[in-house]
Amino acid sequence: MIALKYDENLCKTCPTGDCLVKCQYLDVEKKTAVAEMVKIGQGEDSFVLKECVTCYACEEYCKRGNHPFYLITERREEKGILTSPRAITQQWIHIGEPQGKYRLGDVKERVLSFGFMPEFLQWVKGKLFEDVMPSFIFGQEFFCNVVYIHFANTSIIKERLPKIVDNIRKLGVKEVIFIHDECYAAFTHLAPAYGIEVPFKSVHYFEYLYNRLKELKDSINPLNIRAAYQRPCSSRLSSDQHHFVADIMKLIGVDLVEREYQGENALCCGGIYAMAFGYDLAHDVQKRNIDDMVEHGAQYCVFNCPACQSAIGHKVAKKGITPIHLIHLCRMAIGEMGEQEGG
Amino acid sequence: MDDIAHSLAMIVGEAYFSNQPEEAYFYARDPGLMPPHKPDYVVIPKCVEEIQEIVRLAGREMIPLVPMGAGLALTGLMIPLKGGIVIDMKRMNRILKVNEKARHVIVEGGTSQGLLKAYLEKNCPRLRHSIPDSPAAATIAANVMIHGQGRLTQQYGFNSDMISGLEVVLASGEVCKIGSCAVSPDWFSKGAPLPDLSGLFLGWFGATGIITKVAVKLYPRKKMRDVEIFITDREDLVPDMIYELTHTEMVEDINIFAQPKPMIFKDNHHIAIFITGDTDEELEFKRKMTWNSLDRFIKSKDGGFMGVPPVMKPTLLEMPQRSVSRFADVKKGGGFEYSGPIIMVEKYPECARKIVELAEKYDLGYSGMARIIGRGHAMMYGFAFTFNRADPDMMDRTRKALREVSEFALETGGVFWKATVDEQQMAIEKMDPNTLGIMKMIKENLDPNGIMNPGNWEVI
Amino acid sequence: MKYADIVHRCFRCGYCKFTGDYTDFNCPTYRKFRFETYSPGGRMWLIRAWLNDEIKNSDRFQEILFSCATCANCVEHCVFTFSEDLVNIFISAREEMVNDGIIPPPVRDFLKNININGNPYKEPASERGKWAAGTSVEPYKDQEYLFYIGCVGSYDERGKKIARAVGNLLVKAGVSIGILGDRETCDGNEVRTIGEAGLFQFLAEQNIALFRDLGIKKIITLDPHSFNTFKKDYPALAGVFDVCHYTQILAPLIQSGKIPLKEFHEKITYHDPCYLGRHNGEYIAPRNILKAIPGVEFVEMDRNRENSFCCGGGGGNFFTDILGGGEDSPGRIRVREALDTGAGIMAVACPQCAKMLDDAVKIEQLDDRLKVMDVAEIAVNCLS
Repeated sequence: MIALKYDENLCKTCPTGDCLVKCQYLDVEKKTAVAEMVKIGQGEDSFVLKECVTCYACEEYCKRGNHPFYLITERREEKGILTSPRAITQQWIHIGEPQGKYRLGDVKERVLSFGFMPEFLQWVKGKLFEDVMPSFIFGQEFFCNVVYIHFANTSIIKERLPKIVDNIRKLGVKEVIFIHDECYAAFTHLAPAYGIEVPFKSVHYFEYLYNRLKELKDSINPLNIRAAYQRPCSSRLSSDQHHFVADIMKLIGVDLVEREYQGENALCCGGIYAMAFGYDLAHDVQKRNIDDMVEHGAQYCVFNCPACQSAIGHKVAKKGITPIHLIHLCRMAIGEMGEQEGG
Repeated sequence: MDDIAHSLAMIVGEAYFSNQPEEAYFYARDPGLMPPHKPDYVVIPKCVEEIQEIVRLAGREMIPLVPMGAGLALTGLMIPLKGGIVIDMKRMNRILKVNEKARHVIVEGGTSQGLLKAYLEKNCPRLRHSIPDSPAAATIAANVMIHGQGRLTQQYGFNSDMISGLEVVLASGEVCKIGSCAVSPDWFSKGAPLPDLSGLFLGWFGATGIITKVAVKLYPRKKMRDVEIFITDREDLVPDMIYELTHTEMVEDINIFAQPKPMIFKDNHHIAIFITGDTDEELEFKRKMTWNSLDRFIKSKDGGFMGVPPVMKPTLLEMPQRSVSRFADVKKGGGFEYSGPIIMVEKYPECARKIVELAEKYDLGYSGMARIIGRGHAMMYGFAFTFNRADPDMMDRTRKALREVSEFALETGGVFWKATVDEQQMAIEKMDPNTLGIMKMIKENLDPNGIMNPGNWEVI
Repeated sequence: MKYADIVHRCFRCGYCKFTGDYTDFNCPTYRKFRFETYSPGGRMWLIRAWLNDEIKNSDRFQEILFSCATCANCVEHCVFTFSEDLVNIFISAREEMVNDGIIPPPVRDFLKNININGNPYKEPASERGKWAAGTSVEPYKDQEYLFYIGCVGSYDERGKKIARAVGNLLVKAGVSIGILGDRETCDGNEVRTIGEAGLFQFLAEQNIALFRDLGIKKIITLDPHSFNTFKKDYPALAGVFDVCHYTQILAPLIQSGKIPLKEFHEKITYHDPCYLGRHNGEYIAPRNILKAIPGVEFVEMDRNRENSFCCGGGGGNFFTDILGGGEDSPGRIRVREALDTGAGIMAVACPQCAKMLDDAVKIEQLDDRLKVMDVAEIAVNCLS
């Protein structure tokens, strides 16, 4: 039986309560934080179960690895507390259902996973990927399912994720380079938290790109631009990879602007908030985030996640900032894409 | 060539006359499920004078006359039930005059929706008309004549409410001006402040006269347009949601759809809300108002705004939406027909349940689709089924399903829109006898010889 | 009949009749005849009726089928997934009629002439290369490219002028070309579109064998019709060559200044030939040539690129004239459209378009206001 590895004592003895103290949406001090997490751990009611907006950040804030957000999600599901409207939840569950419409490239032991992001089918090309492409996998059969923690549903993850692992394993794959941040997080953060074994090596595309850029350093023409980075929610689950953002920017001559909403204080794109909670919260978060980019002189907004780009790409563009995915930015740096194409 | 044929060829020119088997075959049918009836002749006139001559000839010889737009009503309205002459109006497709400040345009009786849209975009970019989602080849006059609906229907009513004058050819061959244009050189009204005679022709399917010109009201065309989709699993709450949305008076158009495929649509009801604006500020304000109007449903988890995938938005924002036509090939069979009664919005839950019941009973692909009329004054609920034209059994099951829809619609207080001949008879049987009496009076007087699209609105 | 299993899928919605933005009807036969039966949807429904024995082959049916100019506007704008097969369906229906031997006399005569003479002009093969007399174009003998002319460029007076212009320009640009002269035979594109699959195969195989024997690897075509069939149909018969249209070779050479051109102060519009544009996606090269000529004011017609309105010559109509003339014939409509741009020159990149539109200009009595010129002729005019 798949169950979350949670230790009640770690919460009881927590010196900081950082999971909730640092939360950008709740206003609690340490004592309340610890008390509420203990209540949640014990299956009691807590206002946190109603008010948490599912940004994932507490998974990063907790330095004790005790998975506060996964726990909140488990309890919500047990208690029938919805985050999103039923119809939205239902829709997302339907979207992720395997349909037999997956696509396989020339799959070798080392493979690029596009998850279920169709954008990657067009975006992943050129020199940066030529030593792995055309070895790729795409489709609901390879969809990591982590997104359902936004929808207070871990049952579906427990049901589907082992099958996804098996789908990959059956292809004889030994190493997967995940182009979607959340997919990487699924196999390196969520799976271990639930005791799901992963029989292949997981590589984040940040690391892959960084290494490839070093190999192709003679082709790099520094971009000399100022950019803001839009950190996705899933990055809270892959925070060990976050440093590669700055590393890559340094390699390709991008000045990552120092702004308020970055690092641990990053604001999510608000795409889920809009679906779950309506206009005001999403609008507020997006406005603060984008105003912050503008105030600090960003010329570009670099995206890690296509869903973020879909949610706010057009909004940053309206403020005169060019939205661009990290893949396109790297391809620009090695002269494979023009400025207009990358935007 | 017989004498009639010869006369018709003299009127329109030989090149635009046919009594050949090929035209007889094609013009005997439409893409729907109604049985074919062959015309004796097909003519394509270029001006109202030619139509007058044709009508006079038909009157002398007692030959049925059936005007035709693009034949896309799908309910067989241009099928010549008693043979005769099909008048393909589409050669009369000029845009005659636009009055920008008064916001109206006068077009000929065969002008297509697409042509008018393209013309306005190029020449009058601040003006638009209420374009339906039928294919671009559909004609303005035919759409108006069947009380069609379009993108501006939620704001201004049926497309037939959005006209400001008509020119019609009567069964006698006389040309008649309907509306302000009967007294004034200006076409600003279809009736008021005079007695409104447009009702003698609108909704009659050509059974009282042939529309040769129509003045269409134009409306402001904003620079930006966007769509949001609010979804719910509770069909019983849809009427309340519509009530709140229409209260805002911020919305261009409201369409609702529910269908089992693709998977993203399964099990939910989707309210597509279109908004427009000249500035980001205006658009965002309208977006906020519409979102906030549905806030209580979001808070109760009964509904929410879905993320519209980037590939879906351009499809939804197209005018006309080509995806509506593509529904015809879901069964790889090029067929789709729907019965779309006009009915109170509060009946949405019953309609939504009925279509699922019928689709299961008859094993059919379906889409339940609705367009809100006015500020929720009514809706068109379309029970749409897709069929394979090469599968007679599927076609038969679809006919049966649609027959049950007709019965259900009437029982539930709906009124048939662009009624098939069968539906017309059902409506006549149920109609208030005094109302029927007026219809009889009109038909007797306007078509004493019974040559105007006979078989339709046979009230006599 | 091939595709018999999909003809029922047409919804006769009519998107196939229009341009992409609905500015106008863009199916040449529908625009001219105005009966729904002459639209792509009409053809689909009638083909189905014919296959089901609901209608018979008749003069009218033949006119409906053989007037189609195979311009592919319907392929471009049909909203259904089978759109890419529309022209192929009409050609398949023609094949059935050719096999049955019940076809219009002009079609029969066209095929007979190709069969007997290797060209539709009933001219001897020995005359084929004569257009090149007085030019600097050499016979093929291991040059880099075969310059393939086609029947229209070889025998039609208008076509020959264009062949000379293109040939001279390519030589001046230093492109290594040679022609087959009287060894050249019909490429077969019109034979195929008219429905004589057997004769097409014979012609194609004959050409492929000859090209192989001569060691030809690369071909520049004068005519987009030849370009189309070499590129799309010959590979299936094991005839794989590197094929391009002459504008694709000339454009970079002119843009880079390799062929210096003097100023030419004219307003020019460009008519996209169907077999270069819609069928093969080449919209840029001819435009690049025109825009590179100093002084040229380039203007577009409303219907351009994938919305271009066919001259009416395709699908064999250039030879059979089944589509016919009249005020609403496509060629006449098109030259009126060119005139509306204010242009004094209507540029083309196809000898069939050139001839069709030239004739239309004459009938419309626009000779003093509009001149139809091939892109190469314009460039030759500007050689410094």
